[in-house]
Amino acid sequence: MRFFITLRMALRALSRNTMRSILTALGIIIGVAAVIAMVSIGNGAKTQVQAAIASLGDNLVLVTPGNQSQGGGVRGGMGAATTLLPADADAISASFLQSQDEKDNCVGAISPFVAARGQVLANGLNWSTTVYGVSSDFPNIRSWRVAEGVFFDDPEVVSAAKVAVVGKTIVDNLFPDADAASVIGQSIRIYGQGGGGFGGASGGASGTGGGTPFRIIGVMASKGYNANQDQDDVIFIPYTSHMKRITRRTFISQIYVQAKTEDLIPKVKSDVTDLLTQRHNGTIDFTVQDQADITAARTASTDAMTYLLGAIAGVSLVVGGIGIMNIMLVSVTERTREIGIRMALGAHGSDVLTQFLIEAIALSSLGGLVGVALGIGGSIMLGNYKNWPVEPSTAAMVIAVGFSAAVGVFFGYYPARKAAQLDPIEALRYE
Amino acid sequence: MPAVVKIEEIHKIYDSGDVPVHAVRGVSLEIQPGEFVALMGASGSGKSTLMNLLGCLDRPSRGNYHLDGIDVAQLDKNELADIRNKKLGFVFQGFNLLARTTALENVELPCLYGKNRLSSKMMRERAMHCLDIVGLSNRADHMPNQLSGGQQQRVAIARALVNEPQLLLADEPTGNLDSRTSIEVMGVFQKLNEQGITIVMVTHELDIARYCKRYLILRDGVVVRDEPTQDRSIAEQELTKLKEAETAAKLLATGSAAA
Repeated sequence: MRFFITLRMALRALSRNTMRSILTALGIIIGVAAVIAMVSIGNGAKTQVQAAIASLGDNLVLVTPGNQSQGGGVRGGMGAATTLLPADADAISASFLQSQDEKDNCVGAISPFVAARGQVLANGLNWSTTVYGVSSDFPNIRSWRVAEGVFFDDPEVVSAAKVAVVGKTIVDNLFPDADAASVIGQSIRIYGQGGGGFGGASGGASGTGGGTPFRIIGVMASKGYNANQDQDDVIFIPYTSHMKRITRRTFISQIYVQAKTEDLIPKVKSDVTDLLTQRHNGTIDFTVQDQADITAARTASTDAMTYLLGAIAGVSLVVGGIGIMNIMLVSVTERTREIGIRMALGAHGSDVLTQFLIEAIALSSLGGLVGVALGIGGSIMLGNYKNWPVEPSTAAMVIAVGFSAAVGVFFGYYPARKAAQLDPIEALRYE
Repeated sequence: MPAVVKIEEIHKIYDSGDVPVHAVRGVSLEIQPGEFVALMGASGSGKSTLMNLLGCLDRPSRGNYHLDGIDVAQLDKNELADIRNKKLGFVFQGFNLLARTTALENVELPCLYGKNRLSSKMMRERAMHCLDIVGLSNRADHMPNQLSGGQQQRVAIARALVNEPQLLLADEPTGNLDSRTSIEVMGVFQKLNEQGITIVMVTHELDIARYCKRYLILRDGVVVRDEPTQDRSIAEQELTKLKEAETAAKLLATGSAAA
C-alpha cells in the first residue's frame, strides 16, 4: 500500500482520539523537551566559558599556585595559595625569554598577574571595579590595544610607579563629561578592598586619609561585553605597585606565559614546570595549564551533566515508549473489526503491520518534534529571564527526533504484529 | 464459460476444542456465471462455514475448490488475500463500513490493497461509478453514521463491486434491515444480477431467498436441497405492492376518520 495514504490514515486515526494521542505522546514530549532545553543552556554556558578562556590571549600557558592535579580536599579560590612569587616570573623570563642561547627562547611574552576589587575615587565621583596588576607585556598577550596615551613600561614596573591605564567604563563613570584623551594625566585614588587600611604607608604619606593616588597614563580600547561581562570595567597598574601599594602581598596569583608559536606550547609547559619544580625544591605546588587544559577542566562538569541528561532522556523515552505500546495494544483491540474488514477486502498481514507501525512512529515522532519545539522555546524563555546565553544544538534535535522515531518502531512493532496476525474470520466476528 | 465456483467433496473440521467439530461434511457444488444463489439453513447447519470457504477467508480441511478456474485450496494467506481482493466482493450483515470514513473512501478501500496500483483520481472515479450504480453518488461525502441502514448496506455493496469481482458474496445482507429496506436492497442485487454479476447470498428468511434464482438448503453440513426458485419475487413489483397497500391503509384510515 502506498506510503502517503497509509500516513494520512495514521494521522487521521490519531486525530480521532486527540486527547489520548497527546497524553500518550506526553512522556516523549516531556523527555525530549527537557533534554533539548538543558542541552541548549549547557551549550550556551560552554560557549561562554570557551569565549572567556579564548579571550585570555593566544598560545597562552597559565601558571597558577597550588597543585590542582591533587584530587580531593578543600581547595582555596584563586590566589589563596601563596607559593608563586614574582621571582618565579623573573626566572621564567630569564631562562626562556632573554636566554643567551636562542633555542631556549620559546616564550614570547610573560606577565605576572594579581587582581583585587577596589574602590576608585576621582573628580568627586567613586566607582567599584577590579584592579589588575600586570607587566608591560600584558597588552601584547591579550592583543589589547591602548586607545589613548601609553601602557606603562618596564622601568615603571620595576620602580612600582603610581601609574594606571584604565578601561572605557572607568572613564565614562568617573569622568562623565570628558573624552578619553582628556583624562590622560588626571589623578585617581584607588582604595583596596576593605577601605583605608590598604592605603598603607604611601596612602598615609599623601595625607588624604587613605587610598593611593595614581596618574592615568593611558586608556584601553573598548572591548565591549563578553558573555555578559563588561570587559572595559578594569584598571591596570604595574603588578609591583599592586602588591606594594594596594594589597601589600608578596605572592602573585598567576603568571601569564605566552609561547612564541602554537607548536611551542608543549615545550613551554614542560620547561616552565621543570624550572619551577627546581626553584621550589622539588615540590610541585603550582599548576601549569594551557587553554585546552583549562577548557577541559571547566567543561568537565558540563560534560558530566550532558551524560546525566542523556541517561534521563533514555529513561523518559523508554517510559514514553511503553505508554505508546500500551495505547497501541488498546487501539488494536478496539479496531479488531476494522482489521478484519481490511483483511477480508484483501489487505495482507504486512499491510496491517505497516499501518499500525506507521501510526506508532507518527505518534512518537510528532511527540519528539513537539518536544524539540517546547525545549527550544522553553530554554529561550528561561535564557531571557535569567540572562543566560542559550545555544540550541541541531545535532541534539536531530538525535532526539530520530530516537523518538526509533522508540515508535521498537514499541510499535509488537502491537502491529499482533494486529497483522489476527485471523480475518475471528476479527470480523469481534464485537 | 467455466463455472465461477466448483467445489468437490469439501470438508471443514475444526479441531481447536476437545471434540473436533465437523462443520461441513462433503459438499459438492457448481455455480455458473450469472447465477443468483440463496444459501439457507438453520444456525449450526454449516452455512457460515461454507460461506467462509467460498469467500477464501478459510481453507477446507479436505476437498477441492476452484474459483474461476483457480485451485484456491493450495494458496497461502497472502495469495488468498489477493484472490479476495480481485475476484470476490463481500457484503456483510452488519454492513462493516469503516466508521468516521466517508462513503466514497469506504468504497475506495479495496483499491488500496489491489496489486495494480491505481492513481487517486482513477480510484475516485471507480468508487463514484459504483456509488452511482447503487444510487448513492449524492451521498459520497457522508459518514456511515449519517446514512440510514439501507444506505449503509448499499455503500457496502458499492464497495464489494469496486474491483469488478467474479463473485459477490452476501452474508445475511438484510439481517439488520426492516422489510421495506430489505426489498430495496434485494432490488439492487437483482439489478446487478441482471447485468451479469454472479451472487451467492446466505439468508435464513424464506421470503428473502425467494428473490434469488436458485436456493440451497444445508443441514448438518450437507446440502439437502438444491433447486431453482419457484414463484420468484421481483423487488420492483413487491415495492409497488407495498406502496399500494400503504396508500390503501392511509385511505382507509382517513376514510374511517371522516365517517
